[in-house]
Amino acid sequence: MSFANQLVDLIAALLLLTSFAMLAQRRLTALVDLLALQGVLLTAATLVAAWVTGHAHLYLSALLSLVLKVVVLPTLLRRLVRRLDLQWDREALVNTPTTMLVGIVLVIVAFNLALPISALSGTILRGALGIALASVLLAFLMMITRRKAVSQVIGFLAMENGLFFAATSVTYGMPMIVELGIALDVLVAAFVFGIFFFRIRETFDSLDTRHLETRPAGEGEDV
Amino acid sequence: MSFVSFSPLPCALGIAVYWIALGILGLTQRADREAGRILYAAGAAGGLLLAVTAAWALGDAPTAIQLPLGLPGLPFHLRLDSLSAFFLVLLGLAVTGISLFSTGYFISGSTTNDRVTCLHYHFFLAAMVFVLLADDAYMFMVAWESMALVSYFLVTSDHRFAEIRSAGFLYLVVAHVGAMAILLCFGVLHGPDGGYTFEAMRNADRTPFWATTAFLLALVGFGAKAGFLPLHAWLPEAHPAAPSPVSALMSGVMLKTAIYGLLRIGFDLLPIQYASWGVIALALGLVTMLYGVLFAAVQTDMKRLLAYSSIENIGLVLAAIGLAIVFRVHAMPALAALALCAALFHCLNHALFKSLLFLATGAVMHATSQRSLGRLGGLIHPMPWVAGAALVGTLAIAGLPPLNGFVSEWLLLQAFLLSPELPDPYLRMLVPVATAALVLAAAVAAYVMVKFYGVVFLGQPREPSLRYAHDADVWQRAGLLFLVACCVLAGLFPVTVLNGIDHVATGLLGRGMGDAVGRQWLHVTPVSAERASYSPLLVLAGILGVVSAVFLYVRVRYHMRTRRAPPWDCGFPAQTSRMQDTAEGFGQPIKQIFEPFFRIEREMPSPFDGAPRYRARTEDKLWYVLYLPLVRFVERIAGWVARLQHGRIQWYLVYSFATLLALLVLIRFQ
Amino acid sequence: MLPQYALSQLLEALFAVVVAPLALGWVNQCRAWLQNRRGPGVTQPYRVIAKLFRKEVVLAHQASFLFRAVPYVVFGCMVLATGIVPMLATALPFAPAADVIALVGLLALARIFMALAAMDTGTAFGSLGARREMLVAALAEPALLMVFFMPSLIARSTSLTTIVETLAHQRVAVHPSLAFAAVAFVMVMLAENARIPVDNPGTHLELTMIHEATILEYSGRHLALIEWAHALKLLVYATIGIALFLPWGIAEAGHWAGLPTAVLALVAKLLVGGAALAVTETVSAKLRIFRAPEFLATAFLMAVLGMLTHLLLEGTA
Repeated sequence: MSFANQLVDLIAALLLLTSFAMLAQRRLTALVDLLALQGVLLTAATLVAAWVTGHAHLYLSALLSLVLKVVVLPTLLRRLVRRLDLQWDREALVNTPTTMLVGIVLVIVAFNLALPISALSGTILRGALGIALASVLLAFLMMITRRKAVSQVIGFLAMENGLFFAATSVTYGMPMIVELGIALDVLVAAFVFGIFFFRIRETFDSLDTRHLETRPAGEGEDV
Repeated sequence: MSFVSFSPLPCALGIAVYWIALGILGLTQRADREAGRILYAAGAAGGLLLAVTAAWALGDAPTAIQLPLGLPGLPFHLRLDSLSAFFLVLLGLAVTGISLFSTGYFISGSTTNDRVTCLHYHFFLAAMVFVLLADDAYMFMVAWESMALVSYFLVTSDHRFAEIRSAGFLYLVVAHVGAMAILLCFGVLHGPDGGYTFEAMRNADRTPFWATTAFLLALVGFGAKAGFLPLHAWLPEAHPAAPSPVSALMSGVMLKTAIYGLLRIGFDLLPIQYASWGVIALALGLVTMLYGVLFAAVQTDMKRLLAYSSIENIGLVLAAIGLAIVFRVHAMPALAALALCAALFHCLNHALFKSLLFLATGAVMHATSQRSLGRLGGLIHPMPWVAGAALVGTLAIAGLPPLNGFVSEWLLLQAFLLSPELPDPYLRMLVPVATAALVLAAAVAAYVMVKFYGVVFLGQPREPSLRYAHDADVWQRAGLLFLVACCVLAGLFPVTVLNGIDHVATGLLGRGMGDAVGRQWLHVTPVSAERASYSPLLVLAGILGVVSAVFLYVRVRYHMRTRRAPPWDCGFPAQTSRMQDTAEGFGQPIKQIFEPFFRIEREMPSPFDGAPRYRARTEDKLWYVLYLPLVRFVERIAGWVARLQHGRIQWYLVYSFATLLALLVLIRFQ
Repeated sequence: MLPQYALSQLLEALFAVVVAPLALGWVNQCRAWLQNRRGPGVTQPYRVIAKLFRKEVVLAHQASFLFRAVPYVVFGCMVLATGIVPMLATALPFAPAADVIALVGLLALARIFMALAAMDTGTAFGSLGARREMLVAALAEPALLMVFFMPSLIARSTSLTTIVETLAHQRVAVHPSLAFAAVAFVMVMLAENARIPVDNPGTHLELTMIHEATILEYSGRHLALIEWAHALKLLVYATIGIALFLPWGIAEAGHWAGLPTAVLALVAKLLVGGAALAVTETVSAKLRIFRAPEFLATAFLMAVLGMLTHLLLEGTA
């Protein structure tokens, strides 16, 4: 196995590690830190891809993910957490070990699903695709098990990270225009979510998504 | 070798007959102390002789004889090969210890009928020998059913208590369900010309479907005896009901005959295995193991605790067998041999230390007439011999070096660590999960054993009368010490034991662990010296060396002044024995963590109770999910059938008449 | 050849026994600095142990022979454990006697004796401590084994010296699974050494004690041995961590010239590791007792996941 492939594998494993850490972590600020760490990993993965293929646009893509995923979005989320005065997503719906056990099952499933695809694609990185898929599923799992809306947004962003990793490491990058479009989408989504949070809190005095289950009469359209 | 060649098979047969004779002799004796002593002690000598004989036969070629008994045209076939020999060694060693202990146990004023117990006890031993020697299905079933029947009588020795009778009934029902499955299994296995000898079964051709059916039937049939999930329910009921030496025999030896049967059918009579069998056995073993150990952690009765621990150990053996099948199917005979050796070694270990612990509970019950952990404690002071022996058993069963329990778990872990070499990627993915389950169960087993030993033998006595408990008598001590010695020796010289077991693996798989074990005597090296090695003797020497050096250093360098005082306990003044953790308290964290596994009934006090009480009962969920619906189903069917019963003789004659007519018509149209 | 190796074994064990309290003192000193205290100095553990050795032993009335034997057994197990872990050189004649599984077994032996001794005096806190200690062990021990299994799978051996030689002297190779192992190992190490998120080594508040509760009734030379064994245990864990995850600089078998470098490298790594431990302890808060199983279960599952990653990413196929 070449050194570059080993590096990608290492990054993939670390991505999986951060995904699991997100499942286990309850403090929102720490969750945001983990998200930023994922951004760093993605930047590194893109750099490796750029180095291997020599495509100049991948360097640009790395710069983009550095700015967006390591600096802008985490800063936004941190401010959000501070402004909304949230520290903990205390009561997860399912306890941590059970969640992680389900997570391990998901990893096995993801690998099995990815096995034929990566065999088809012919790239040497059979593990990386499985891990990318696994981190998408794990992020989904995190969104399911949390109560606070902010954790769900973080889960959404983590999901996007998994997809991005699949794109860079397995196919060595998407066309620049697609990438820019996604980046813009994510940014807009983050802003929209931010605005939503304030509206939710104004309406319910809380960010607990349980409150969305019982819509107050007449105000349904606001939410 | 010489003209009077020594043949182990007649010798083993002779010992079985000798035990039967002892039993009959016991029946004719008056309930006289001295005579009883001699009988059990004589039985113990037979056990030792059996162990030596069978050990002698381990490396020999199989020998077979026919007895001029049995049905016409269907004589009893007996055969002694290395597999039988190994289990006979196990039987002999355990019986030596247990019979020595029984010499002191059954005599002094138990409520049972001593003469009948003596008869059943020795018949039980003989039946187990015949199970291990049988070489045709007929002989096997006769021996197997006698074993089940005699052990039922032994379980219900104290038949005056209703709960003992119902425990015995449950045992009998499960045993018969199992026996039916085994009978069907033999039906599937029988040879092309209807031969019911094992020889004919070995040579018969089968389709994969019928082979798998036979294996699954064997798994159910022997699983009912061994206590695989979900057929384990009788174990925690029957073991506490039986007298302690009988519990020791059942748990230590009888469960192993079921393992013997599974190996005999799964490896010997079915020469070709399939990967699915291995995965099923592995998964079932792991689940049984975890289930057993979690339930052992929450028990409050010391014999029930040990019974659940037996379920755990049997699960471990089954998992190892499953792994061996997986390796065998994937053409890795050396690794299959390693896993199989781990399974057999663990069988031997479990026979030794579980017998030891059951005997220790017997001594405790004898001295205190208490079985509930909540009423024991502090027995290390009045009963130092029993406490010391039980300590060795506890450390051995907790899987700690340098004792024997560790060796088999170590071998099994080595086998698991080699399984990434399997070609099948799906199987490889199961490895981490299986390994995790194994190590988790081993760690919780240590928790369970600390609870057992700590609550029974350490701390303050929870009842005032415990201070006057008497220690075991000379015979009981002899039995305990014999088993202690076996545990220690099997732990310190695992290579010797493995050399013996290797013959069994060679016999079943066609290949043993090979030189990797045989050349060394100090280190166990299952694959190669670089891969892994372990030397219990050196570990023990190291610990003892450091301990004595430090002791001498402290003794020479500093004073050895010691003063006795009340315990400090953070300065809390009143310290009664009720302030210690009870068995419930000790098991509570496990109960809390693994709550979904249990069915817990809590009786909580309200804030206004004058005399608040808290009580929690932990029960087996499977009992409610599986057994009770089954019972209701059977009762409903029985209700329908009962409509046929009118009590009038004419109706019964009509039934017979109708049956006769139907049969005649059937024959006519054939 | 053989006496030479035996000497190196003996020297290494002695080195460990002598250095262990110093390592503990360093961690405590770092914690004091981080908390803006002056701290007692790095040699404080030596003074404590020396003082305890000179003091009289006060035994509870209920204490049996087990209670008196346990400090020696625990100390013996820990010294033996240092004999198995390669600290300075991989040439350890004792190493073939016990591999990583046996090492975990030795640590378990020590802990079980500790728990039994705690139950022996029959006090409320003793049995409480024993229960909690065994609870932590029941989850930490499997996690530790699973951590060990990852390098075992990489090196195709469970012998610690083979593992270290493989990891330290191979070509550059990245093992992603070791990242999982490292995270799980740090969590287990914190739990097993009664450090802060799980237990507090400085506490004497009755309801939060785990390890301290098991040694409440010990005094004099017994307590000295236990404290010393405790320091040794920390050192054993630290050197295991160093051997598995930062093995560079260790002397190869037969290379006596490499020894000075090895000593320097070890000291440097221990200094950094101790400081890192102190930082971890300072920035985290102690968990409620029933959060501890969750913490350990996370470590355990991390290790399982690491093994899975190993099989999937670095598999032989």
